Amino acid sequence: MMAQANVAEDTLLEIKDLKKSFSIATGLFGKPLELKALQNINFTIKKGETLGIVGESGCGKSTLGRCILQLIEPDAGQVLWLGKDLMSLSPKEMRQRRQDLQIIFQDPLASLNPRMTVGEIISDPLRTLRPELNKRQRQERVVRVMESVGLLPEMINRYPHEFSGGQAQRIGIARALVTEPKLIVCDEPVSALDVSIQAQILNLLADLKDEYGLTLIFISHNLSVVRHVSDRILVLYLGRVVELATGDEIYSTPKHPYTRALLTAVPIPDPKLARERSIDALKGEIPSPINQPSGCTFRTRCRYAKDYCAEQLPPLERIPGNRQVACLRWEQIESGEAEPAA
Amino acid sequence: MANTVLDVQDLSVTFQLRDSEVDAVREMNFQLTEGETLAVVGESGSGKSQAFLSIMGLLARNGRATGKALMGDVNLVGMDKRRLDEYRGRDIAMIFQDPMTSLNPTLRLRTQLAEVLVRHRGFDRKDAVRTSIEMLERVGIPEPAKRANSYPHELSGGMRQRVMIAMALLCQPKILIADEPTTALDVTVQAQMLDLFKSLTEDFGTALVLITHDLGVVAGVADRMMVMYGGRSVETGSVNDLFYDPRHPYTLGLLHSTPHIAHRAERLDPIRGLPPSLEHLPKGCSFNPRCAFCFDRCLEERPPLEPIGGDRKKACFYEGPLRYEEVA
Repeated sequence: MMAQANVAEDTLLEIKDLKKSFSIATGLFGKPLELKALQNINFTIKKGETLGIVGESGCGKSTLGRCILQLIEPDAGQVLWLGKDLMSLSPKEMRQRRQDLQIIFQDPLASLNPRMTVGEIISDPLRTLRPELNKRQRQERVVRVMESVGLLPEMINRYPHEFSGGQAQRIGIARALVTEPKLIVCDEPVSALDVSIQAQILNLLADLKDEYGLTLIFISHNLSVVRHVSDRILVLYLGRVVELATGDEIYSTPKHPYTRALLTAVPIPDPKLARERSIDALKGEIPSPINQPSGCTFRTRCRYAKDYCAEQLPPLERIPGNRQVACLRWEQIESGEAEPAA
Repeated sequence: MANTVLDVQDLSVTFQLRDSEVDAVREMNFQLTEGETLAVVGESGSGKSQAFLSIMGLLARNGRATGKALMGDVNLVGMDKRRLDEYRGRDIAMIFQDPMTSLNPTLRLRTQLAEVLVRHRGFDRKDAVRTSIEMLERVGIPEPAKRANSYPHELSGGMRQRVMIAMALLCQPKILIADEPTTALDVTVQAQMLDLFKSLTEDFGTALVLITHDLGVVAGVADRMMVMYGGRSVETGSVNDLFYDPRHPYTLGLLHSTPHIAHRAERLDPIRGLPPSLEHLPKGCSFNPRCAFCFDRCLEERPPLEPIGGDRKKACFYEGPLRYEEVA
């Protein structure tokens, strides 16, 4: 019982049975189609941890980030923030919570209002979320976060177009930090940046995490980047969690055949390693989320799929080592009992 | 000795702006041999795309190229568009990051593909369609005969990129230039495409130029690489040499900036500062404001790209070992 209490104590966020569908119009008289973006998502995040969320396009990773922040309203489930369900809050209550939960977007320039100065952009969240602060207090905070993210305070009156992509992303990070949040959802924060700048921003996020005691959700399609920053990694496929484990475990002993394939497909910046390894090439492409396969949604690309995979949806089960996997055959695959199809 | 299929000499590209000129590419020199894969690596604004657009005669209207790009004794640079069309598509083809912008949305795939053969190789319509369908199969499109009747929007991004490759290969060009061909694709599809490139260079002897910012992609498929910075080639050599023993500080910086899934580093060693604006390149070596190994001479003189033994060249004055500890 004690142990359970401890788990609850350092849990910052708990997602329970989260679901989200979008309806797609099909012409004037057509019946709208249902796109199941997220189905039965369950996980928890501990204070101070970085949870990576990876998956290919259309897997629902960005939708998940936005559902957590209530920027998109989930259809069902719970988003428990320190035990309290964010979905049950009134808009006013939610606004008060927002200072704790912030987001950084992929395209740094597109996410900054071109008609506002850097100072106005960064202080804007304070205006709505911390109305009790006066102008001087706001200004002080803006200067402090600008220094934290490596922007010179004298840039405060400049406009976004005067900045490069990397600097614009620093402005976006400063805006997220200014309310002193507990959690930041980073949605592909470095994907639009050049390699040398990407590394600067990744190091900056690591420093800020320590300095501000942040908890991060790091969403990316780039497994190398996610592995670099994350304590634990959640792998999504067609709106479902297929595997959840620590970064080291995911990399060294992937259990789900999708995770295995994903890892072998990641380009390795080392010519000898890259040429030696055998690529567990996945056949085909991700099925449409509108028309999902029955049973295990990965079975259409899985080399280990059996007839029963089409009939039964694999549950996300807890396996030894405090990790989770959703595959009916993971044990057989691991023991070598399951033969891959050629 | 393998045949040289493209010999680029002193290629420069200049853009005329409203009241100034910008040099996007300066004095580029390299040779491409049959069946090899050359990766051209650099960040945005390094000139890596513009150099090859200029060879293909596809520069924006305010751009001008000088120098030579020789296929045999034919110089493609500055060639009249109509004459260039004899070579483009037939001997040298280019594919881009976004295949949708390169396919005609109003034509079925069979029509677009067949036209290439009718026009460049004098096929009759029926043979052209049949050969096109064979090529779709060759690049891994399932049910190619059925797919050939589709319009581009009916295909996924990965399928469209395969169609572009099929189209580029119909005439079995000697040279295929691929500009960030897998950047918009998911990793599992990217792996399929890179595999396809590898088998194509082997089967057809096509020389592939792979323009990319992703060192992981380079390590997997390229034989040689050329690193570009501020419009110039700063280091060239075999992929193994440049990855395991980089001699230019920028190459070293790129390698240290790239997260590696196999061994997780606590911190990356990024290159400090920002890529230069081509309009305000620093005096001396363009990389000097960001370079950990910079010394007095680098601020005054621009290092030329010079042979350093083996099949390698670099443009850097620093002769010591490139170890950050030595200069920290």
